[in-house]
Parts: sequence; C-alpha cells; structure tokens
Amino acid sequence: MTIRGRVYVLGDNIDTDQIIPAEYLNLVPTIPEEYEKLGSYALAGLARTPDQPPFVPPDGMTTPYTIIVAGKNFGCGSSREHAPIALGAAGTKAVVAESFARIFFRNCVATGELYPCETPTRLVDAFRTNEEAALDLEANTLTNVATGAVHALRPLGDAGPVIGAGGLFAYARQSGMIASPGTAAKAPVVGGGPQAGADD
Amino acid sequence: MSNSMTMTEKILARAAGKRAVEPGNNVWVAADVLMTHDVCGPGTIGIFRREFGARARVWDRDRVVLIPDHYIFTKDDKAHRNVDILRQFAAEQGLPHLYDVGTPRYKGVCHIALAEEGHNRPGEVLFGTDSHTCTAGAFNEFATGIGNTDAAFVMGTGKLLLKVPPTMRFVFDGEVPSYILAKDLILQIIGDIGVDGATYRAMEFSGDAVMRLSMEERMTLANMVIEAGGKNGIIAADETTRAYVRARTKKPFDEVTNDPGATFCFERRYDARRLEPVVAKPHSPDNRALARELKDVRLTRAYIGSCTGGKLVDFVNAAQVLRGRRVAVDTFLVPSTTEVATGLRTHTVDGRPLLDIFRDAGCQVSIEASCAACLGGPKDTFGRINGPEVCISTTNRNFPGRMGSKEGQVYLASPYTVAASAVTGRITDPRELLQ
Repeated sequence: MTIRGRVYVLGDNIDTDQIIPAEYLNLVPTIPEEYEKLGSYALAGLARTPDQPPFVPPDGMTTPYTIIVAGKNFGCGSSREHAPIALGAAGTKAVVAESFARIFFRNCVATGELYPCETPTRLVDAFRTNEEAALDLEANTLTNVATGAVHALRPLGDAGPVIGAGGLFAYARQSGMIASPGTAAKAPVVGGGPQAGADD
Repeated sequence: MSNSMTMTEKILARAAGKRAVEPGNNVWVAADVLMTHDVCGPGTIGIFRREFGARARVWDRDRVVLIPDHYIFTKDDKAHRNVDILRQFAAEQGLPHLYDVGTPRYKGVCHIALAEEGHNRPGEVLFGTDSHTCTAGAFNEFATGIGNTDAAFVMGTGKLLLKVPPTMRFVFDGEVPSYILAKDLILQIIGDIGVDGATYRAMEFSGDAVMRLSMEERMTLANMVIEAGGKNGIIAADETTRAYVRARTKKPFDEVTNDPGATFCFERRYDARRLEPVVAKPHSPDNRALARELKDVRLTRAYIGSCTGGKLVDFVNAAQVLRGRRVAVDTFLVPSTTEVATGLRTHTVDGRPLLDIFRDAGCQVSIEASCAACLGGPKDTFGRINGPEVCISTTNRNFPGRMGSKEGQVYLASPYTVAASAVTGRITDPRELLQ
C-alpha cells in the first residue's frame, strides 16, 4: 500500500499536549461529532514558528497534510489516546519519525488511526512542509516526489497487520482471538496465536 | 533462557503464567487492577461497549477502579457529562470502586488515591489510562499507562499483550542531604538520560538513600519515569512498603526481589551526599540546571500540587520553608486528594496547622482536591496559566502550553525549591532559606 500526500515537518519531542491540548480532553473520541471535533484541534498546541502554516486551517475540520515527518520521541507525554485520534480524525495517515514515545506508538497501533513509521536516519531536513511525499508500506520507503529522493524506513513488523486490519480489536477478531460483538455470552477468551498488538 | 530475573521480569512472568521471561518476549499478562478516570474512562467505556456488545460485563468487577479527578471543579458541561458516563457505567456494571464526585468517597488525583485506598500492592500488575500510572511502581508492582483501546481490551478480557522491558538501574548510595528531596533525584536522572532515555525500559531505583525514603517520596521517584520515556518504575519492598500497604488493605500480596545474577541493560550510581537542588527549565523535563545557577530568573507565580508534588509530604516540606514567611508571587496550592486536604488542616509544623502556615504566608489554597492546573484543563481551572506567566511548579511536565497558555514558561522543582522561590520571587536554592 502507498500513501501519497503533502507533508508537515516537525522537530523533536513533539508531546501530546502540543498534539491535543488538555482543554479539549473533555471530548470523547467514541462520540462521532466529538471525534471530528478532535480532528479540528489536531496540533492546536504546537509552539509554531512564524513561517509554519497551521496544521488545520482556521475554521477547518481537517488537515491538508497526509504525512507528518518528525524527529525524535514523537508523542511523548500523556497516554491520551486523543492524540493519535486527533491526527487521524484530521485526515493524517502516517507519522514518519526518528523515534516514538512508547504509549503513543502503541495507541497508533491499537486504534489503527495512524501508521507510526520509524526512520534509521533523520529526515526532518530532507523535507519541507507542503512538499509531496509517497509512503510505500511494502517497500518501507518514503519518497520525496519533487526531488525523487528515496528514504528507507524501518519495517513496521508486528504492528503493520494490526493497523492494516483497523486496530487491535479488528485484528484480534480477524485472527479468531476474540469473538464478534454480541455473540459472546461471557467475556471473550484471549489466547495465544499471532501476537496482535505486539508492538510495545 | 536464564532463570535469573529482575523484579519487573518476575512480576510479568508470574502474571503471564510462565516460569521465566526475558526482555523482548511478548507475553499475555493478566491484570490485577485496571484504573481509569474522567478524561479517558468515557472513551474506554465507549470502545468496550462497541467491541464487546451493549450487554457485555467487565471481566472482574472488583478489579476495575474508577477515579474521576481531572476536570471536576469546573463549569464545563462536557466535563460533568463525562463523570456522569462513569457513574452510569458503575451502576450498570455494579462496580464497587467508584470514587464519585460530590460524595464522601470522592478522592481526587487517581495515582495518590490508588495508594491511599489500598489498590497498590506489591507483586501485582496495574494498568491505568494515564501515563503517570507508573507512580505505583514505588509499591514493588508493575504499573504502566495505556490508551483507551488497550484499556477497553483489558476491561473485557482481563489481559493485555506486553513486551517485557529490559531494566535500567539507578542506585543512590549514602545519605541524602536535608535540602534534597526525591524530586531532585528524579530530575537529576532525567537530565542525565534525557526525555527518551528510558523508552521501552523499566527503571529500577535502589540504594540505601532510596530505601530510606518514605512511601510518598518513593512515589515521586516512580511518578516521573514516564518523563524519561520509561514503561515502568520499580522499587524493592521493605518494612516501609509493608506498613503502608497493610494499613490500607487486608488483601494478601506477594513481593518480588531481583534474583542474584539478574541482568540490567544499564546501571548508574549516584553519591547521594553530592546532590544539589535542581530545576527543569522550559520546555522540557530534561532541561536541567542547578537551582543556584538560575537566581536571575524572575517568577510571576508558584504552584504546588499534582500526583508528583501534591501529597501531604510535599506540603509538609513546603511548610518548612514557608512558616513565618510571606510569598512574593501568586502561589497556588492544590491538595492531590481529599485525604491530603484533611491533612492540611490536621497536620502541624511547629504546632501550626499547614493550612494556617500557608494562609499566613499569603498562598492561595484550594480545598478541592484534583489534577487542577498541572495539565491546564478547562479555562476556569484553579491556578491555570492563562497568559505569559513564569511559574515554578512541583508538577511533572513543562512542555509548551502544559499548564494552560502557550505563552507560559514552567520550571519544575522540588517543594523546597518551589517554596523558597515563591518567597523571593526568583528561582532560589532552598539552602538559602532552610535552617
């Protein structure tokens, strides 16, 4: 699968308070209108530089940026699942970063909202915001469409199929580890089998 | 596979029903306790219902703990709606552990409430929908923060797949000087290894200096493991642990110790006697400086509260500095729990109740226990930074906008350093004011 779109470039240690400021945590992601609203506040807490465009345009509900390119420790801070959800609800499909904070990475996989792709080298200087990029999840590459430069990514490993299925529950169900909603009279059985969410 | 395990490995092996595990193993772990609060509980409940069905039951009613604490004392309608969702779920599922707002059971900050109410027990596995769930590692248990989806999975199945983390070990030898608190120890470590220095790893704290700390001070150490990216923090159990836990619960528990020959991926030793009071400068918990190097930093406010710095011991320590003095900047105090709030009235320093010492000093003291302005929150939150304030705080994070406005600047420090700085109006090494 290939994801194509405009990139938004960020630095190191982008924390969850910048991704979704705490004042919006009164929104509940499983309520559809509040899920959309979370998208409109994606990266609302970013300490932006003057030349950096807003991630979501004023009064907009979604972002024109499909791929985020960032430095080290993306998503550090809180365990709020609102963070990957806000980015996903805004329309972002992937974050390509040098490294991720553990809980954010896991929440991306569990929700299936975003592909969290790690790069062996720093790509923050290889892209400028608004450039077009192509993320090939089979070849594990990120291509700068304008320059043609191809950058290698680390494979997603066990996490890829989980996100592809639509998250932890969809994957667990697909692989027969838990029953479909409503069909189980008691708590579903979790067993061995493939390691869904073995991302952490 | 070696049979020598660290404390973290032992707990995870036991919870996975295995004889041994080693770092990197993915194992299904049985949860002893699942905690959620008003900010992440409603989303977790929503996923639980969607995925397991409207009539599904939680896996074990006695192991689900609901602690509303984040957005309580606000006029925000959605915040109240969220507490209602917890209430309705607890009623529907017959959950005994809801610490409901507006009742005598209301507690406040979940990580401190879990300890006070006997939900933290050695050898157990605690999952919570809050990154500071790692605080409970002070009790010799495995405790880590998870997202709503993972929490909903635990709610329905009682299990979660985890990768066993390697353990980093931090040893403090010798006696800690009187002006040094646990907050200085953990800020020292985070400054040394960075905000991603422990990503995917367990952090063990040991050495005689650590084992001499009270439970509340040990909680401060384990609390900020997440600020170094750590998965969990852990401390051995001793008489201090047992006395605290036995006073709060009758449930049995099974402590763990490191095996001889257990493997650590990193070890760092500190001479506790040489530590100095430290501060984390804006806008990162690893941006460390010595307090005495920052005396030119002028402040506009001080804040004492949160799961990190709003326990009774933190207020007692602040009172040692503030007694008989006046603050020079707006100083906000928020007890983490209702038990701490009671302690402000009943606990004395030099025969004076803490509350009187703080009011005489000119502090603004909330009697409403909650997370309050540690994470900003709704605009009407007590102590929230709503403009270009320069604040010194006993809390845990100083990312841009963390305590409210992006224009704010937050310095993190110990209760001694925060109190001393509140008195002078500039960042102050507490040695200047402590006798």
